[in-house]
Amino acid sequence: MLRLPPFTYLAPRTLEQAVGQIGEAGPEGMLVAGGTDLYPNMKRRQFEPKVLVGLRGIRDLGRISGTPAQGLAIGACATLAQVASHPAVAEGYRALALAAGAVSTPPLRNMGTLGGNLCLDTRCNYYNQTYHWRKSIGFCMKKDGDICLVAPGSPRCWALSSTDAAPAAIALGARVRLVGAGGERVVSAADLYRDDGMRYLSKAPDEILVDVILPPADGWRSTYWKLRRRGSFDFPILGVAVALRSGPGGVIEDARIVLGAVASRPVVATRAAGLVMGQRLTADLIGRVAQAASEPAKPLDNADLTIGYRKRMARVYVERALRELAGLPYDGAPGGAR
Amino acid sequence: MRVRVRVNGAWRTAEVWPGASLLALLRDALGLCGSKNACEQGECGSCSVWLDGELVCACLVLAAQADGREVRTVEGLTTGEDLHPVQRAFVEAGAVQCGFCTPGFVVAVVDLLSRDPDPDEPRIREALSGNLCRCTGYQKILDAVRLAASKLGGSSP
Repeated sequence: MLRLPPFTYLAPRTLEQAVGQIGEAGPEGMLVAGGTDLYPNMKRRQFEPKVLVGLRGIRDLGRISGTPAQGLAIGACATLAQVASHPAVAEGYRALALAAGAVSTPPLRNMGTLGGNLCLDTRCNYYNQTYHWRKSIGFCMKKDGDICLVAPGSPRCWALSSTDAAPAAIALGARVRLVGAGGERVVSAADLYRDDGMRYLSKAPDEILVDVILPPADGWRSTYWKLRRRGSFDFPILGVAVALRSGPGGVIEDARIVLGAVASRPVVATRAAGLVMGQRLTADLIGRVAQAASEPAKPLDNADLTIGYRKRMARVYVERALRELAGLPYDGAPGGAR
Repeated sequence: MRVRVRVNGAWRTAEVWPGASLLALLRDALGLCGSKNACEQGECGSCSVWLDGELVCACLVLAAQADGREVRTVEGLTTGEDLHPVQRAFVEAGAVQCGFCTPGFVVAVVDLLSRDPDPDEPRIREALSGNLCRCTGYQKILDAVRLAASKLGGSSP
């Protein structure tokens, strides 16, 4: 039986109250929205907060407003099910709809939120285990120990960014609004992440992610492909988000390719995206772009399936995603389907 | 702490500790043992209930989070001895083996058919992808969904 450790649960009704409560709780406090990842992690003692500040009672945080033409603002507490099925998200920001719809299972998507998935804890085979399992193997530096069990000579933690929403948000040029005691700031979704399995967010622990701001969708088309063992529930062991803006005659004017679950942060494949600028997408060019995009993917042996397979699939999935957007035949299916 | 939840139409009050799940509230404090306790991490769907009309895993909802809200459990599907058409379809299709996952599946199927009265196979598989049956009797469960859909004839369950 997995029991939660003791804590106090606070249910603020306003953002101001929540900011005050999480600030007062200090390092003992954590924010919770859907709780679909936090509570299982607390049961395994990855987290042992003394105070939980629940965000779901703050009505404004669940709002989705705007249009694809003007841009969209999605409240951090909009559920993944709402994001996946929202007509404006599907129309203008398809990669995000596909990514949200590929997270976990239907009941957990009714509970889990967009903000929660963006702030999802990094994952590792040596970390996402029960307390007893971790104790038996001597703990790792991310919790209770002092070395990395994936790369014992390494000074850092290599846990994987495992959010589906982040690669999509970055590919779509999203920004996030953070509110803390010191005021509010807006950062690009890409800058929300750090290349460190332990301190993986640039957000301060007492800052609250309140909105995801999507730019006008004019001319952009996007997709998200997810690799995992099962067609449901599993976290990604590879995520590929691609967004393209085409001009007259199908010439690509702007492109973003972002890989998830290949490092401690989402990886932006800048050089690969550069190869398609000013070009028309042909099967040959797509093959070269996919090869270039997969180069930054350097999987370690800390997730499901084998390193070699995950590395090879980075090229395959970028190729499939680009072929899909180019209207060429492709194997498999976007989103979380298998 | 004291929580007050509307369960299957009736307001119920119970004293729970802050870390109690909605599932513990239902089973231990209110005696509603239809929702099962298995994985306790949202992976198996045995504890599926509706919270304000949304299908959720009760093991990952705090009782505190359900305070003042509406919960519907498998016990709320029928009154008396009559089975709900989805439950009857499970029996007729032989979709019940050990029976442990069955209440969660029944709730998930009722949820599916209330949103999509005539779901195709991929839709059914996706809708039930949050529920595990360790007897692995999935084929009969899919048969039961189709049978229930035809029994209900497109009307909302």
